[in-house]
Amino acid sequence: MSDFKVVYEKSRPGRTGFSLPVTKIGDSAVDNLIPEQFRRKEEPLLPEQSEPELVRHYIELSLRNHHIDRGFYPLGSCTMKYNPKVNDAAAGLPGFANLHPLTGSENCQGALELMYELADLLARITGFNRATVQPVAGAQCELMGLLLIRAAMKKRGNVRKKILIPDSAHGTNPASVILSGYQVAQFKSTENSMISADHIREVMDEDTAGIMITNPNTLGLFESEIEEIAKIVHDAGGLLYMDGANLNALLGQARPADMGFDIVHYNLHKTMSTPHGGGGPGAGALGITDELIPFLPTPVVEKRGDEYYLDYDRPDSIGRMHSFYGNFGIMVRAYTYIRHLGAVGLKRVSENAVLNANYLKERLKGTYELPNDRICQHEFVLSGNLQKKKGARTSDIAKRLLDYGIHAPTIYFPLIIPEAIMIEPTETESKDMLDYFVDTMLKIDEEISSDAEMVKGAPYTTPVRRLDEVKATKTLDVNYQD
Amino acid sequence: MPYIPNSEEDQKKMLDSVGVSSISDLFKIIPENLRLKELLDVPPALSEPELMRHLEEMAAKNRLSKISFTGGGIYNHYVPPVISSIVMRPEFATAYTPYQAEVAQGTLQVIYEFQTHICRLTGMDVANASMYDGATSMTEAAILASGYTKRNKIVISDTVNPHYREVMRSTISGLDLEIIILPSKNGQTDFNELEKMIDDSCACLILGQPNYFGYLEDLERGEKAIHDAGGLFITVADPISLGILKTPAEYNADIFVGEGQGLGLSQNFGGPLLGLFACKKKFIRKIPGRLAARTTDVDGKPGFVLTLQTREQHIRRDKATSNICTNEALCATAATIFMSMMGRQGIPRIARLSTERAHYLADKINDIKGYSVWNNSPFFKEFVVETPVPANEVIQGAAEVGVAAGIDLGRYYPGYENRLLIAVTEVNTFTDCDKFVAFLSAQKTR
Repeated sequence: MSDFKVVYEKSRPGRTGFSLPVTKIGDSAVDNLIPEQFRRKEEPLLPEQSEPELVRHYIELSLRNHHIDRGFYPLGSCTMKYNPKVNDAAAGLPGFANLHPLTGSENCQGALELMYELADLLARITGFNRATVQPVAGAQCELMGLLLIRAAMKKRGNVRKKILIPDSAHGTNPASVILSGYQVAQFKSTENSMISADHIREVMDEDTAGIMITNPNTLGLFESEIEEIAKIVHDAGGLLYMDGANLNALLGQARPADMGFDIVHYNLHKTMSTPHGGGGPGAGALGITDELIPFLPTPVVEKRGDEYYLDYDRPDSIGRMHSFYGNFGIMVRAYTYIRHLGAVGLKRVSENAVLNANYLKERLKGTYELPNDRICQHEFVLSGNLQKKKGARTSDIAKRLLDYGIHAPTIYFPLIIPEAIMIEPTETESKDMLDYFVDTMLKIDEEISSDAEMVKGAPYTTPVRRLDEVKATKTLDVNYQD
Repeated sequence: MPYIPNSEEDQKKMLDSVGVSSISDLFKIIPENLRLKELLDVPPALSEPELMRHLEEMAAKNRLSKISFTGGGIYNHYVPPVISSIVMRPEFATAYTPYQAEVAQGTLQVIYEFQTHICRLTGMDVANASMYDGATSMTEAAILASGYTKRNKIVISDTVNPHYREVMRSTISGLDLEIIILPSKNGQTDFNELEKMIDDSCACLILGQPNYFGYLEDLERGEKAIHDAGGLFITVADPISLGILKTPAEYNADIFVGEGQGLGLSQNFGGPLLGLFACKKKFIRKIPGRLAARTTDVDGKPGFVLTLQTREQHIRRDKATSNICTNEALCATAATIFMSMMGRQGIPRIARLSTERAHYLADKINDIKGYSVWNNSPFFKEFVVETPVPANEVIQGAAEVGVAAGIDLGRYYPGYENRLLIAVTEVNTFTDCDKFVAFLSAQKTR
């Protein structure tokens, strides 16, 4: 029975979906253990539903999602690769899943070992000596990294005022800078969408604490002047933060530490194949230079002999940034992935991610405008300019793809490319799937030529069609009312 | 490599299309001296059976107690198998953030139901799609309050979870905000001090109900003091407690925050967690994080979208209400199913079972020579016991007999080394409680 009702509309008084014991002394006697002034007046008006009905409700909802196990997800900068099942099996082991975070260290050696070893592997992958796995998301990595910069600058004697960010940066970068207490100093990319060392020389000054760079950048291009940029920033007393959203392209090819970065962040839910979960939980990590080690967030997992322990005694630490140690369940998956792939496997990831992206780029560039016609890394950005002239915009192309069972690419980002279509295939797609995607993109272009209005009405085959976002903002129905 | 479909032949065809002769040509864009000449210093691959054996051995080094009374924000509530059977479906687990609403109705409707469940549990008007954890929700609430009132003092009781206070201190350390810690007496916020310290420079007051020690506080006094001074009232609560306890809305809280782990999530060594955030409607345009709304499609069919995205970083960049991009959607999915399943009768049942068993254990421990329940305040499912030896010794001894005794409060509160924080849930049977009591009774009191 497919319907569009929320669970409350299916609720019936008196139905129960739970199986719990009853209180021994009776509910009213239990209530009397707590003085009336502290008790709620009415019970919470949550749904009443049996287990089979509930299961069907949520299974029906699940079927309305596109997901990586069903189809292609060419979302640029999101690295929607396959999520291996063995990772989930490892994370579900009772010794991991049922462990309380305040278990004494002698009784959680396995968990501490995993965190220590994962941090060590991640550090090696990016060329650093040390990493922390405490951040739970990319944006939290950024904030933590900026607070590390702040702490290091303070130690050197001057916190400084601002952070340089290119106009191609992810939106979280400037938002995190503000939360860290710095000002955003945005600078322009070159005509080729790159960062020019000459330009950095002009804008870098004694008030600048550091620079945030995504490399490869959000156009999928490697910042070829990175070493010189690093030297300029370092000479002026600043630090370099690398947004690692695009780290998939670099695995086993080059290491951020060698490029001169002081901090690199990892999105374990991108590069290390952990599930996106419909918007989270993800997990992050930061690789750092030795200068920044004293400032790491507490607690830090350390090893003494064969024993792992949580070190809280770190006077220069920026302090704790998560209720406990970060998203441990995600760490288990990332660790499993890295150990499954090994050094050779990690290199195969970047090779195939980059090959897949270049193959798509070459096959699409005749039909769609390619602002930067050069070898890309794991992703590339097209422009829908030509199609816009024919009557359908990038957003229409995105919606039409849904009718063909393909998730839309990232669109209108980066902001510096008009009608941007940002495509990242990842290494886990086959040539057959890539060919299907290309054929579909070419077909949509033909559809725009022959019937742009039809494309503008897409999608047609999805569980719902285009949704009224203006109405959503106006009515703000964010909480179901009977 | 099981996760890479392309064969050498596929690769060759693709390289021909690109017009290069080898994959390494694609990396020549990287300056030569930066290109790695050797493999990464990472151990060689393990096959899947070897890998699972390795992970199983690691997991086995974690010694789980059969009986646990450890809480402090992460609780051993029962997680019905229905939760994982639905949540681990790839349709939910491997989906991306629902920006393409037409193919993400499953996730979006779940978020909408989640928001509604949280509103009904708390009595608040609006809930967001969740945050990293309770600590982050609390921090974001304080930042919201400061922006809204244009004041920079955050007042918080030292009876609020010490981990939350640490996270808040670190997170806002670069901002021009001042944190004022209210002292406590006998496990309760000192309300006389509170009334003296609150004035019209305070952006908000943050109190826990129950507080970190499990005790119930006189929130009305706090509410009156901060509202009289024109600041916002923020309460931190255990969502399970709201099965029977007065809601944040009944206390006239402006913002409710809490940790949702007890709503169907495993303990997972403390993460991933589920930050709950709900508030009065007037703050809806200031709220951090994602928000789902119900609307209609072009054919008039009901459907869901993310709304008010102009608050968020991907649109507003440096003017965003928060830097947070993610929500803990899959954890929120688990909590949604949990709340739908337990429902109107089940959540109060869990709350009552926890209350009953906690009070049973407290009474029994109070009867043991040398042990006593600290102060006579009303409590919910957690309480503090004064121990004749350091609490840490009790914990270590109990671990030997398979009981996780609780949390040594000396970790967080200097001078509280002989105080043990004990949490009881519906998972703890009366027999579990009796075993713990037997263990304590058998200890030498020194």
